[in-house]
Amino acid sequence: MKQIASRITAICAACLVLLLSPAIAQDTPQDDDDVDEVVTFQVDRLRRVAIPEFATPSSVNTPAGNTASLGAQIARVIANDLSGSGLFTPVGPSGVRKIGYAEVRAPQFGYWRGRNAEQLISGAVQARSDGNLIIGCYLYNVNAGSEVTRSGFVVSPREWRRAAHKCADSIYSKLTGEAPFFDSRIAYIAETGPKGARVKRLAIMDSDGANHRFITNGQTTALTPRFSPNYKSILYLSYRDGNPRIYVYDIESKRQRLITQSRNPTFAPRWSPDGQTILYSMAVGGNTDVYKISARGGKSVRLTDAPGIDVGGSFSPDGRRIVFESDRSGSQQVYVMNSDGSGERRISFGGGRYATPAWSPRGDLIAFTRIGGGFRVGVMRTDGSGVRLLTNSWQDEAPTWAPNGRVIQFFRTQKNSGKTSIWQVDLTGRSERKLPTPVSGSDPAWGPVRP
Amino acid sequence: MTFSNNKIKAAVLLLASTALVTACGKKEIDDLPPVADGTQGDGNNNGNNNGANAVQPGSQQDFVNSVGIGRDRVFFDTDRYNIDAQDQVTLQTQAQWLARYPNVQATIEGHADERGTRDYNLALGERRANAAKNYLVSLGIGSGRIRTVSYGKERPSALGSNEQSWAQNRRAVTVIVN
Repeated sequence: MKQIASRITAICAACLVLLLSPAIAQDTPQDDDDVDEVVTFQVDRLRRVAIPEFATPSSVNTPAGNTASLGAQIARVIANDLSGSGLFTPVGPSGVRKIGYAEVRAPQFGYWRGRNAEQLISGAVQARSDGNLIIGCYLYNVNAGSEVTRSGFVVSPREWRRAAHKCADSIYSKLTGEAPFFDSRIAYIAETGPKGARVKRLAIMDSDGANHRFITNGQTTALTPRFSPNYKSILYLSYRDGNPRIYVYDIESKRQRLITQSRNPTFAPRWSPDGQTILYSMAVGGNTDVYKISARGGKSVRLTDAPGIDVGGSFSPDGRRIVFESDRSGSQQVYVMNSDGSGERRISFGGGRYATPAWSPRGDLIAFTRIGGGFRVGVMRTDGSGVRLLTNSWQDEAPTWAPNGRVIQFFRTQKNSGKTSIWQVDLTGRSERKLPTPVSGSDPAWGPVRP
Repeated sequence: MTFSNNKIKAAVLLLASTALVTACGKKEIDDLPPVADGTQGDGNNNGNNNGANAVQPGSQQDFVNSVGIGRDRVFFDTDRYNIDAQDQVTLQTQAQWLARYPNVQATIEGHADERGTRDYNLALGERRANAAKNYLVSLGIGSGRIRTVSYGKERPSALGSNEQSWAQNRRAVTVIVN
């Protein structure tokens, strides 16, 4: 498993290598599309972006397929990413005219104007003699007839998807002014079997559901995973010794350990943004409180001491505050405290119960599950004002933020069958889509953008 | 089977049931009410279930047969964990049986219905299991004999998405371990 860590490092370095190929020359991109153009998230229209298949100078076989078919797949990944962000209406690659290699950097703007495209994304895949791929992508403003941005990556063939996500990230960031998020991963629980005997396995995948991998075999129930900020380990709950306990699983060594030696049940784990601290809940004599402990072990610190259930919790991006839920008022509500447990303050006061708070990586919002007639996912400001519900289904639960704080994933449970699936919604609540997972899925946890 | 812990444990229970618990705690085990009429429990605990397979005294099967159908568990209202009068009768029946087999260990499994969030339900199941345990302890069952585990909403016993199923799933089930 050692190659995984080193492979990521190698690729990350490669990602930074801008293209020097004569086919994709290095100029400073023209900046005629101001990055401040879209800074609010209340978009009044979706951008129409044409995405033809990426071209290749000559189709070469690679371990991931030939470069021509990779060009089509890369365009599909980019279109899917942009569509899922809720801000774009991608057109293509299917149903869009294929472009030649020479056309990548010399678009026929008149043609694309005739197709009502506002933007054009073109790109190329080229096999290098060392076995790696050069993947370059360009964003054009069709009406202005000018280049907006470009990016390029050298990757091993099996890592082509990361290059596609990086292209989509650069385009998304350029057009919205928001931080990127597509090149990131999800830890979640894969579910199989009937409602009365559900098998729950820890699994990981890319943010779009690709590169899926099961981590545990399902012999014991696994719940509520959380990727560490460096993607090297996963916090999760397992019943492997018959009791619910939080373990930290090391992806490289495949070893796991309890985060704290205790006879009491521990659950609801969460990393601090710097990965140095683990937040968790522990029940002692039936009473649950929120605790924290160093990721390296040591003494745990109790942060709450109310007689009710204090559970969950999520750090603010600066690590100085924690949002958690408590039923001390008689029903689940959201509270904020300082990271040392001082200054507790209730912030949710609307109708219904408010649960599973998650602090946005941007720091501006807190996502939650509101339990009223149904379970709905929503957001509020960090002082509890501005409550907005984003979903409306029978049971939507457990929001997790995209690394840029602009998109949320959650899981949806079907009435009666109990079947679960992972969904994604943008902050307008208008763009909602189901993530493709090989089996049912719950408890998604989104990690940061990969370097 | 000492009563030395009674006062402490009773104090842990909900205010609403404190008076009842304290009263029950003063009773001798032998004074506990028998299995209620209308249940089909054997009551006499001798394993006379006439089955082809002899039931091992002190076993899970013996426990279930003795306390009666459905009396291996107590039920709770939404988000609640108090032991009401009906639950007390059930747990008294269980305590009678446990008193007869002082070497037997038990696990109380706490559960919640599907209409709660996952982590909260884990906490709630733990609360319910402890409420049932504390009541048994108040009746003289040694706390060291009873372990608790919460399954939250992970192991429903009724599979519908309706009030009737949810009511069956909000439960604390006593399971004999050895």
